[in-house]
Amino acid sequence: MTSLPLAVDPLFVGGVGLEEVLIVALKVGVAFAMLMVSVMLMIWFERKLHADMTNRMGPTITGPFGLLQTLADGIKLFFKEDLLPNDERGDSAIFRLAPYLTLIPAFLIFTVVPIGGDFDNADGKVSWWGNTTQLQIADPPVGILFVLALSSLAVYGIMLAGWSSGSKYPLFGSVRASAQMVSYEAALGLSLVAVLVKSGTLSTHDIVAGQADGWNWNLWMTGFIPFIVFLIASTAELNRPPFDLVEAEQEIVGGFHTEYSSIRFALFFLGEYMNVVTMSAIMVTLFFGGPDGPIPFFESFGWAWGILWFMLKVLAFCFTFVWFRAALPRFRYDQLMDLGWKLLIPLSLGWIVALVALDLAASEGWNRPLVAVICFAGLMLMGTLLNAAVQSGKRKRLAGEGFD
Amino acid sequence: MTLLEQPDPINAAERVFRRGDDSAVLRISEADAEMVETVDIDPLSDEPMIVNMGPVHPSTHGVLRLVLEMQGEQVLRSKPVIGYLHTGMEKTGEQLSYLQGGTNVTRMDYASPLFNELVFSLATEELLGIEVPPRAQWIRTMMCELNRISSHMLFQATNGMDVGAVSMMLYGNRLREETLRILEKITGLRMNHNYIRPGGVAVDLHDGWREDIAGLMDLLPPLIDEFDELLTGQPIFRERLQGVGAINAEECLALGVTGPILRGSGYAWDLRRDMPYLNYDELDFDVIVGTYGDCFDRYAVRLNEARESIKIVQQCMEKMPTGDYRLQDKKVTPPPRARIDESMEALIHHFKIFTEGFKVPEGEVYVAVESPRGELGCYMVSDGGAHPYRMHIRAPSFVNLQTMPHMMQDALVADVVAIISSVDPVLGEVDR
Repeated sequence: MTSLPLAVDPLFVGGVGLEEVLIVALKVGVAFAMLMVSVMLMIWFERKLHADMTNRMGPTITGPFGLLQTLADGIKLFFKEDLLPNDERGDSAIFRLAPYLTLIPAFLIFTVVPIGGDFDNADGKVSWWGNTTQLQIADPPVGILFVLALSSLAVYGIMLAGWSSGSKYPLFGSVRASAQMVSYEAALGLSLVAVLVKSGTLSTHDIVAGQADGWNWNLWMTGFIPFIVFLIASTAELNRPPFDLVEAEQEIVGGFHTEYSSIRFALFFLGEYMNVVTMSAIMVTLFFGGPDGPIPFFESFGWAWGILWFMLKVLAFCFTFVWFRAALPRFRYDQLMDLGWKLLIPLSLGWIVALVALDLAASEGWNRPLVAVICFAGLMLMGTLLNAAVQSGKRKRLAGEGFD
Repeated sequence: MTLLEQPDPINAAERVFRRGDDSAVLRISEADAEMVETVDIDPLSDEPMIVNMGPVHPSTHGVLRLVLEMQGEQVLRSKPVIGYLHTGMEKTGEQLSYLQGGTNVTRMDYASPLFNELVFSLATEELLGIEVPPRAQWIRTMMCELNRISSHMLFQATNGMDVGAVSMMLYGNRLREETLRILEKITGLRMNHNYIRPGGVAVDLHDGWREDIAGLMDLLPPLIDEFDELLTGQPIFRERLQGVGAINAEECLALGVTGPILRGSGYAWDLRRDMPYLNYDELDFDVIVGTYGDCFDRYAVRLNEARESIKIVQQCMEKMPTGDYRLQDKKVTPPPRARIDESMEALIHHFKIFTEGFKVPEGEVYVAVESPRGELGCYMVSDGGAHPYRMHIRAPSFVNLQTMPHMMQDALVADVVAIISSVDPVLGEVDR
């Protein structure tokens, strides 16, 4: 077994022995533990930060600075009564399954994220005891597609949870979830295309390697817009405020998790925050160079510096998500759809065309400024036309004329 | 039931879903609404769904229950159901003496208790035919405006919360708490003060009240401006509220709506200006009006009314006269505590007032004040005894609640929440 078709990990070159299995097991264990701890800290971080932003203290009692609050909440929820819907109205089997459908994809997405490594001076791989490996559990050549597939899968958890509850508010949440996540999935995917065009690969490791040295970060290489679209779309994908219509407490009580109690509710909670962490990690990987950053000293431990930079960047995004929640009111259902379909998707589509045209101009030796001007003019024209169409549609709707 | 089979005609359901009925109000009894829940409707049919929102729901401001007839997320008709907090306060009022009545009415609109006490006291005083001293008048005016600020800040908190801006909940409540702290210092309680009583107020302002209130008046304006920064100019917030729950002045008048909802629709009607009571005719303030009568206008009216109240409080501080804080009529107000030890007469008066109460001449009266929610009226009939023969409170929240079905027609669930919040009902006052 010299090469595995899907997982071309340099670790497996030369056969798989006990050492390799142990290293993989170690990586899985570390990633799992890291994710669990980071979720625990993320919940604490959100509560503390939001409290700070609103003149409160946040958790203070359990552990130093209230750090163990999440653990305490988890233990409390574990001992709560577990209520299930009866089979006349709901579907208790699916009700039981749903939390795992959101939790497991959140775990799995993290497997393709390179969390460390020295990409500036080396190729991002580390050598331990003669075994060269990457600081990510797996590096499939379809890494980004894998991420997209799994984040789509997470919809099922929420949708089925709401549907199987056999209750009205969860049903609202479930219908909202399916519409919202499907439409923002499109914007998410389209904004990714810009990154893929620039990097020319789907493997997360290679995308990060392509961004080594700060000036190659996809953030500026793709011209900010895809990142902004990705940030908005991923916030919607995570059901975080201001896009938390799925669980809008003030409107539909708790949305899809209204009927959930005990540890199943805790699993949803866990999944949600894990998604925040993993989505931040994906964003760092795609746009911010992953573990890329300066290595002032201890150059032989470049990979450890990578882990540090990676975590700081992830933390910055976690902060952004909390900040969104503290500052912004919630969208309404139709406004959410408007934003997705009428702004984000056309914008990212147009941006892809412009990026590809500029790339072509570079390789074919065309006049780049001219191409840029044409692209810009084309984008503006399309934007104006689209806006006119949207406005006329709105006028018709307000006049009650309808579209048929 | 197979899918090909025609669904069993739902007699009861058909009776309640009268198709073609395009009125905003869902005319369905609560029993029918519960029954419809149990009807097995073909999942593929596009029958509207009956959703019970409340009485236990995070954003129905207490125990309001709304029966919504919904097509998807859209509300076709709705029906507010009230009475879950009914404690018979008006009836209780007939058992209490005029002095005890204050503790009863103050619990009705618990977000602006001083107004309830004020209207009750004004009605009693009019029946008695007494005039309270000027200082008491000014204290009442100032306290009511402080209470108006706290009530409007509570609105800002809940309104922000209901459209999903969770931080507003705490910013608004912080401002309210700062105001309540002053009220507590003056009256002794944060809420349900029983401070304004027939004949004046319960106690005089404490030493150093000027510094306290001046400090509050310096603190509030910049914090209120923060709402402008965080909400008024916020695109999502405007999108959520502009054009939602619009109601025009004619509809408001037809439904008997008063307060910020009426003013938000552009009709400048404020009892403080149009039928002045207390000292409002000597004060300089603006009546804030809106233009479109939508949720956003109601938000803006309340925000700016709080600013006007700050102006009024400052004027009250300037004009506060010296003198008695309550009428020195021993038949109406109890003697000072110190006098009881020295004077037999004082002891007797004290005893009579707190056991039997004072007798009020026969007659009936209606007095109205402008509470933060609209016209708060008190209709009182006296048969000459020590208890009111009949006491009725015209509660603005109760009347304003009627607008809900009209505002909610064709709104989305998210709008329903914004509308409830912008009507700002206090269920204690609705149900009484």
